Amino acid sequence: MSIEVREVHKSYGKFDAVRGVSLNVEKGELVALLGPSGSGKTTLLRLIAGLEEPDSGAIILDGEDATRHSAAQRRVGFVFQHYALFRHMTAFENVAFGLRVQSKNVRLSREAISDRVMELLKLVQLESHATHYPSQLSGGQRQRVALARALAVQPKVLLLDEPFGALDAKVRKELRRWLRRLQDQIHITSLLVTHDQEEALEVADRVAILNAGLLEQVGSPEEVYAHPATPFVVDFLEDVTIFHGRNVAKPAELEIPK
Amino acid sequence: MTSRSIAVNPIVGEGSSVMGRVIPVLLILAALAYLGIFLVMPVAIVFFEAFRHGFGAYLEAIKAADTVSALRLTLLTAAIAVPLNTVFGLAAAWAITKFQFRGKDILLTLIDAPLAVSPVVAGLVYILVFSRHGWFGPYLIDHGIRIVFAVPGIVLATIFVTFPFVARELIPFMQAQGNEEEEAAAVLGAGGWQTFFRVTLPNIKWSLLYGVILATSRAVGEFGAVSVVSGHIRGETNTLPLQVEILYNDYAYSAAFAAASLLTLMSVVSLIAKKLIEWKTRRKPAVLET
Repeated sequence: MSIEVREVHKSYGKFDAVRGVSLNVEKGELVALLGPSGSGKTTLLRLIAGLEEPDSGAIILDGEDATRHSAAQRRVGFVFQHYALFRHMTAFENVAFGLRVQSKNVRLSREAISDRVMELLKLVQLESHATHYPSQLSGGQRQRVALARALAVQPKVLLLDEPFGALDAKVRKELRRWLRRLQDQIHITSLLVTHDQEEALEVADRVAILNAGLLEQVGSPEEVYAHPATPFVVDFLEDVTIFHGRNVAKPAELEIPK
Repeated sequence: MTSRSIAVNPIVGEGSSVMGRVIPVLLILAALAYLGIFLVMPVAIVFFEAFRHGFGAYLEAIKAADTVSALRLTLLTAAIAVPLNTVFGLAAAWAITKFQFRGKDILLTLIDAPLAVSPVVAGLVYILVFSRHGWFGPYLIDHGIRIVFAVPGIVLATIFVTFPFVARELIPFMQAQGNEEEEAAAVLGAGGWQTFFRVTLPNIKWSLLYGVILATSRAVGEFGAVSVVSGHIRGETNTLPLQVEILYNDYAYSAAFAAASLLTLMSVVSLIAKKLIEWKTRRKPAVLET
């Protein structure tokens, strides 16, 4: 399913969070929304999910105008930065939630729900943790449960809000490679919000760079990296070069800043 | 150098180790004496006086028609006021913590009003509004509806004094929990009621129960506001606290203390329930930890 954002505007009081952004995400594509904090990327994601209402403009999901649809009606998968797992439910119950709240005529049988949940927990490599509560899981494990929970209802779109932001560097790298492999496996249309340039360039098919509520540039990682369109993009992606430079240094030459 | 370190940290110093042991003991004794005089002794006296003439006399006093009807009215009042305020408290806490709207601060202040206003004043307001010479009194009395000096007035006054408890207990707790779980539920396709019963309620249940217990204790024990609107009609509009006063003024000391012992027992039960909840919520980190 494709996502089309058309001239969307959203302000909070006097603060314009998103200022007339238009963006297309093609079916099966993984697009990264990249920008510094306060650039409006999370707001844009929440607008697409139906967690916020735009002041003007339209959100079109799969060719259908979903601007006035509630979050529940949009059937999108959403992964929160701080997981937002249901703390009083086990990993299994968390993943099963979306299937259990479906209306009676479309709801799967108890056995079918159980099979599907175990299948998803296997996909995120947590089938042995089905009976664990969120507080008994590590950050990385929690985020994988959150991902399985989002995928359980077979959403046509997956929206990820800084999904690895709260994790340490090592787990973060592992998880984003794993996400990329998952994306290659199940080809779900995905929009990933991040402020980490390296993450965006490594994982995404295309990168959309936001600044102060405006879209600066959209293109493949190679495109935006080699041909930055605006002074902001030049400046914002410059850091990445430095980061890569550090990466190739031998451990002995590495210095911890400060 | 040495003298300076002693001056900065006297308890660790050589000469003050005796003081270091004595001070905690003194403080604990002082606290115990204070509790003994102001809490334990009155409760002990209540039971001592209630049973002064033996268990038989105690039972007789409790079985007296007026005391039984006072107990019944107290329980009836609590049974109406507490559920209403539970629903109201939940609705108010939900509105305040999950939505942004104009006048939120005014609503918060209004919820606190009964804690700031003297219960007697609250009772007088109901008299002003509903009595024979009040705003709506003549109309209501013409239609055969009695509010003040009758059971409805007592229930209204009790609702007024107990309505902050559930909301006040829930608001800070729900604010600390945030909205993310509800948002996650919404995105997963859950409707409003499903989100409430499957996500919100399980998360707040202990906090809610705690508020309900506090409200119940207050509803059962309220004196001031109820006293003003009751009219003190024996066997009809006396709640248990009012009955205690009436018996005492009649020099029926044993009977007064017997009635008081019922109130005390209810307080003890709610205190135990409160402790159990605190114990339960501490023992279940998996449920409450963020």
